[in-house]
Amino acid sequence: MKDPNDVILRMVTKVVVIIILTFAVNLFVSGHHNPGGGFIGGLAFVAAIVLLFLVYGIEKVRQNFPVDFKALAGAGVLISVLTGARGMFIGEPFLTQAFGYVHLPLFGKTEMATAVLFDVGVALAVIGTSLTIIMSIGDDR
Amino acid sequence: MVWLYLILGIPFLFAFLVPVLHKRFTPRIHTGWFVLWIPLLIFGILLSTVPTISSGGIIDLSLPWIPAYDINITLFIDGLSLIFGLLISGVGFLVILYSIYYLSQHKEALHNFYIYLLLFMGAMLGVVLSDNIFALYVFWEMTSISSFLLIAYWFEREKSRSGARKSLLITVFGGLAMLAGFILLTMMTDTYSIRGMIHNLGGIHSHTLFLPAMVLILIGAFTKSAQFPFSIWLPDAMEAPTPVSAYLHSATMVKAGIYLVARLTPIFGGGGVWFWLVTGIGLVTLFYGSFNAIRQTDLKALLAYSTISQLGLIMSLLGLGSAGLAPEAGNAQAAYALAIFTALFHLVNHSTFKGCLFMVVGIIDHETGTRDIRKLGGLMHIMPISFTLALIGCLSMAGLPPFNGFLSKELFFTAVLNASEISVVIPVVAWLASVLTFVYSLIMVFKTFTGQPRVKSGKQAHEAPLGMLIPPMVLAALVVLLFFFPNVLVHYVLAPAWAAVLPSLAQANLLTVHVSPWHGVTPELLMTLGVIILGGTLYKTLKKWVKLYRTYPQILTLNHIYETALELMESLSLSLTKRYMTGSLRDYLIYILSFIVVAVGGALVLAQGIAFDPSHDAALSIYELALLAGMVVCAIAVLLAETRLAAVIAVGALGFLVVFFFVLFRAPDLALTQLVVETITTVLFLLCFYHLPKLKKETTPLPSKVVNGLLSLAVGLVMTLVALSANGNPLPESIAGYYENAYELAGAKNIVNAILVDFRGFDTMLEILVLSMAGLGVYTLIKLRMAGGKENERS
Repeated sequence: MKDPNDVILRMVTKVVVIIILTFAVNLFVSGHHNPGGGFIGGLAFVAAIVLLFLVYGIEKVRQNFPVDFKALAGAGVLISVLTGARGMFIGEPFLTQAFGYVHLPLFGKTEMATAVLFDVGVALAVIGTSLTIIMSIGDDR
Repeated sequence: MVWLYLILGIPFLFAFLVPVLHKRFTPRIHTGWFVLWIPLLIFGILLSTVPTISSGGIIDLSLPWIPAYDINITLFIDGLSLIFGLLISGVGFLVILYSIYYLSQHKEALHNFYIYLLLFMGAMLGVVLSDNIFALYVFWEMTSISSFLLIAYWFEREKSRSGARKSLLITVFGGLAMLAGFILLTMMTDTYSIRGMIHNLGGIHSHTLFLPAMVLILIGAFTKSAQFPFSIWLPDAMEAPTPVSAYLHSATMVKAGIYLVARLTPIFGGGGVWFWLVTGIGLVTLFYGSFNAIRQTDLKALLAYSTISQLGLIMSLLGLGSAGLAPEAGNAQAAYALAIFTALFHLVNHSTFKGCLFMVVGIIDHETGTRDIRKLGGLMHIMPISFTLALIGCLSMAGLPPFNGFLSKELFFTAVLNASEISVVIPVVAWLASVLTFVYSLIMVFKTFTGQPRVKSGKQAHEAPLGMLIPPMVLAALVVLLFFFPNVLVHYVLAPAWAAVLPSLAQANLLTVHVSPWHGVTPELLMTLGVIILGGTLYKTLKKWVKLYRTYPQILTLNHIYETALELMESLSLSLTKRYMTGSLRDYLIYILSFIVVAVGGALVLAQGIAFDPSHDAALSIYELALLAGMVVCAIAVLLAETRLAAVIAVGALGFLVVFFFVLFRAPDLALTQLVVETITTVLFLLCFYHLPKLKKETTPLPSKVVNGLLSLAVGLVMTLVALSANGNPLPESIAGYYENAYELAGAKNIVNAILVDFRGFDTMLEILVLSMAGLGVYTLIKLRMAGGKENERS
């Protein structure tokens, strides 16, 4: 599939990846009120990267996207734990989530919740782990 | 008085010092010289208590050990403890003196020897001086362990190791049985103190636990004291150095069981079961030991069987004496009670002459290089002192005047003649055993010291050094002195010990005895004469009938039975383990699944929990039916697939059908996740199976196919039943209503997500941890495989 003459495939991929990534972000953000969330959002993100792998090859993606996915997974777990630990510093039980409403210039009345931060951790862990697995297996030739 | 604790403490404390002294002074000074003063000190301390004890007093000290459980280190000295304490420390002193000359300070690991010996001495003193029954048990096991170490002192010899193992197996078996008996006993009497138990017997004899407790404790006593049929470890323990044999296996450890029986006689004695068990086993052992001693060709083995026989004698006397406690004994109480006195008297006598004999055998072994009777002979002129000592010891063992064995043998005959009212068999067996005892005593002296040396040993035999001769000389002197002045010992030590074994009779002033060598012409004297005549004749004609022993089949010997049983147990457990631990995962799965079926299904049936209640069920829609049909088709396709690819695709299809189920049951988050996860797993499956060889046609034989099929059906059936019954039985009210307030509580309209990240966020946190671990696991498996492979190549 790394044939440079796959022009149609490459062109379509370039467009589709944007759409998938947007959809992934949307899934993640809407998780609080609609179906979606960190897990599925992360997986959708992975799907986009996998498509890039398939079309452009692992090496090329790695060059343009120089992230250590193992570290990403670790960072995700760390973020989740730290957002959970927040409650402990202000005298509440571990993993107590808080939410509130702020007025932002562009978005108007917006809900801000620590649960979303927790979800960020989930998403990062899912992305990091999935890509670690896939890249490890993919590299193993 | 607290300094009395030195008795218990010093042997253990000094054992720590032994290696230091050994390292510092070897080879200039023999380590034994440092140890020698310990038993002497203990002996002195114990002697200082004699006036108190002989005037009827006791010494009772207690040091808390585990006070919360009322387990204390106790130091309790009455007459019985005192006899044993004096024997242990006195013989201990002589044995250490003897070992100084016996063991070379250049060749032997002396520090090991003396540490083990000190441990043993301390433990043995602990056994006899403990009033707390669990402290007694602790010391009891310490004697087993230290004796194990001492028997295997020359651990490079195979026979020493096997002898040590055998003695450990048997005595620890008995020790554990005894512990169980002790626990039962404390349950009945509600105290851990032996003295407390004796004072507060109550209606213990009719208690249901009485008989089990008695039997279990007796097993402990019998194994330790080498009673039939547990006696087999003692001859094998003769692989130990001779000082050890003299100390442990004649004078002290084998008498621990005797001590226990004597100590507990006031508790258990008086009943028929106790009487017959102790007397019967004792008599059987007496006969068995003396019968087998004759056939031995190794001097130490002969002495070992002789010890077994004499221990049986003492044990049977303790049994006979317990009849004095029976209420129906009436006026004969005092007569029966005399048997206990005899037991204690013979206990002392046996320790003196048997210790002496072992030491003499050690000298012979040391000076000629062999212990085999067939190779020895004509040593009388070369080793006159040893000969004299052996003669004194053997004639005392045979029960001849003017040695102390005569006195105790006469008293023994009195006791068995008294018991002839109970059963005539008792005196007959006892008399026959005495005849055999006479024969092997003669064999021991005359085959070794008279005649011509049959095989010249490499060594030039000569008399032993004086230091080696002094300990047996002291013992032999005691043998003679006790014959002429027995009443000194009786008055100071034996009488209080007797009173300690039979406290109720002592209170009634029934225990009076005057030992004298000459009673006039009594039946006992005639029995002794008969022993001498018949024994002498048998010895003269020994060559003619000793062959009869060979006709006894080897298969029926106790040792053979023990070995076979051990081998059988090993091979049985091995074959059993091999049978079910097949190493095949398929078999283990069958065990696990069958267990699930039996346990879950059985619980379901036993609890009568099978129930169907379709009243709350929702109506079945056409979509659900269609999906169900699709899933069944997919599942069957997985089972019947010919190739792996087909199976993978069928599994994938199954997964996607589940997505539809989630959609149908209105779980959009689940549907989304299931969709993506199913896709990824299918891809991973394909990745894996791409590299695998073609699916082999199943070649499982039909029976195992049937088993597999039935088992899967059973599992499916049980799980279906469980699910249906769970639905059919009344359930607690759902807590789902709480989460409907998700927006107020967590600011989220998506309840599923609110539960995942807020209400039950802890689970999610750990789930992503699991996920990361899996990722790292895959990474490590793939990356490190290479490195590992290289490492293997290198090695």
